[in-house]
Amino acid sequence: MSVFIQQLINGFFIGSVYGLFAIGYTLVFGVLDILNLAHAAIFTLGGLSALWLTRTTGLPVWASFCLATLFSGLLGLVLYRVAFAPLRRRADSNLSGLISSIAMAIIFEAGAFEIFGARTVRFPQGMFAVRVYHFDSLTFTSLQLEIVAIALGLMVVLSLCLKHSRTGKAMRAVAESETTARLLGIPVERIISETFFVSSALGGAAGILFGLYFNALGPDMGRSIELKGLAVIILGGMGSIPGAILGGIAFGMSEVLTVALTGMSSLRDAVAFSVLLLILILKPSGLLGRGRIRQA
Amino acid sequence: MSEFFAVYGSLINFAGLNALLALSLYVPLSAGQLSLGNAAFAGIGAYVSAILTMRLNAPFPLAIAAGAFTAACVAVVIGAPVLRIRGIFLAMATLAFGEVVRIAAVNLAITGGAEGLIGIPSKTTMLIIYGTLGVAAYFLTILRGSRIGWSFASIREDETAAMVMGINTTLYKNSAFILGAFIAGIAGGLYAHLNFIITPGEFGFAAEVQLLIYNIVGGARSVWGPILGAFILTAIPEVLRGVDITAGPPRLFVNGLILLLVILYLPNGLSSFFKRAKGSSE
Repeated sequence: MSVFIQQLINGFFIGSVYGLFAIGYTLVFGVLDILNLAHAAIFTLGGLSALWLTRTTGLPVWASFCLATLFSGLLGLVLYRVAFAPLRRRADSNLSGLISSIAMAIIFEAGAFEIFGARTVRFPQGMFAVRVYHFDSLTFTSLQLEIVAIALGLMVVLSLCLKHSRTGKAMRAVAESETTARLLGIPVERIISETFFVSSALGGAAGILFGLYFNALGPDMGRSIELKGLAVIILGGMGSIPGAILGGIAFGMSEVLTVALTGMSSLRDAVAFSVLLLILILKPSGLLGRGRIRQA
Repeated sequence: MSEFFAVYGSLINFAGLNALLALSLYVPLSAGQLSLGNAAFAGIGAYVSAILTMRLNAPFPLAIAAGAFTAACVAVVIGAPVLRIRGIFLAMATLAFGEVVRIAAVNLAITGGAEGLIGIPSKTTMLIIYGTLGVAAYFLTILRGSRIGWSFASIREDETAAMVMGINTTLYKNSAFILGAFIAGIAGGLYAHLNFIITPGEFGFAAEVQLLIYNIVGGARSVWGPILGAFILTAIPEVLRGVDITAGPPRLFVNGLILLLVILYLPNGLSSFFKRAKGSSE
């Protein structure tokens, strides 16, 4: 039984990182109706640049975390300027945007390979004091707790900002209707740029936390999470922030539970993707979606 | 001449197969359905035909046909519920389907698990590949000018309007999806019997994206676009080798750059470039 609970806790830990990653996806989709497939590449570059900063400049982990998060946000701005902004007036912009984001993902991934090499790299041993807590028969480390705290903290901050801050309200207005937002005097272009900045910064932060959690980073680490992120936002409902958080945690738990119950690690993703397919067929708006099916 | 084929033979073979795969995605795209499940259909065709020839000693043409029919049958089952969803959601549903197929191939005993199937008899020849490609291209060209082709095009342009005009959109969307799966199944079977070895990873997300790139770069508005896209992108590594770019990252970078430039400046693909040069309007 305690093994079961331990598995659930582990699933919760990794699920919070999935949620953080998925929020970036869902934020851009909510505002622009575009699926940004370069999000996973920014996740990778965020993680790798944080590692590079700690190893070469000797900055403490928290400092390089902040810098790399900022860097990911800036990458997001580049991504928007190059791949999305020129397509905005086109009729099929959500499809062509999908494809130009794939192109940018390939370019970013090539950059990651070129700069950081193809090998899996790790944070140096003993960089941070990792304490192990025992609670009854359950075990977790201070690192795991910090990761969950940061991930959940960022999600809470984002939700509050979207709800109460001026920029957040403007983002929601643009998501609701771009034309109306423009008529109301909201600087739509700037708000969209800011959305990309926030979304990519969160994606990069998720990459760093993912790298810290498994302590293994490589230029292709984004590939596995890319599809999981999609599954998470569909599970939670496209464009829904709480949906992405809950979806992430549910996905993380379903992964570990599948392995725990079947004993086959290769089946890890099977349940999640079957559920995803079923949800898309039965209730495409997702579990917490806004109830309408967007039509392309 | 024979020296040329000795050096570039496998490249030419793969270019032809990629073109056939690109055509399999062209069919649903021509009806406005962005399917990302075609690599999985190719996988189904590859596995079914390889298992038939390896375990049952089935004749090669029969095995290919069986693989293609299995892929089409799966498309019938999966298409009915999935094609009710539109746009990006359809892309994601087919993507999820592709992942389920890949995971199934990793976990089943008969597909050889993650290592895949090894020692598939080599039966596919260049003549078979290009013969099939020619037949498929010819058939699709005819289809394009037919009532079915126009129905596909009207659904692509505006599905609601097409429905109002009395076009049975469900039927045509499903037909396009199934026909695409059938062609993908043939391509997969031919690939299996060319390559000696197949693994589940080859039919995953990266392969789906590759098929989409062929169609976008070449242009999915004509039958020749996807073929052109597949040829160019399959040949690019060789061309780059000629100018001394052999390492992975620059090659990846060039691929991404081409895709970006095409989508930004030639939204209807490279084939529209030729059309423009000829002076005909879109």
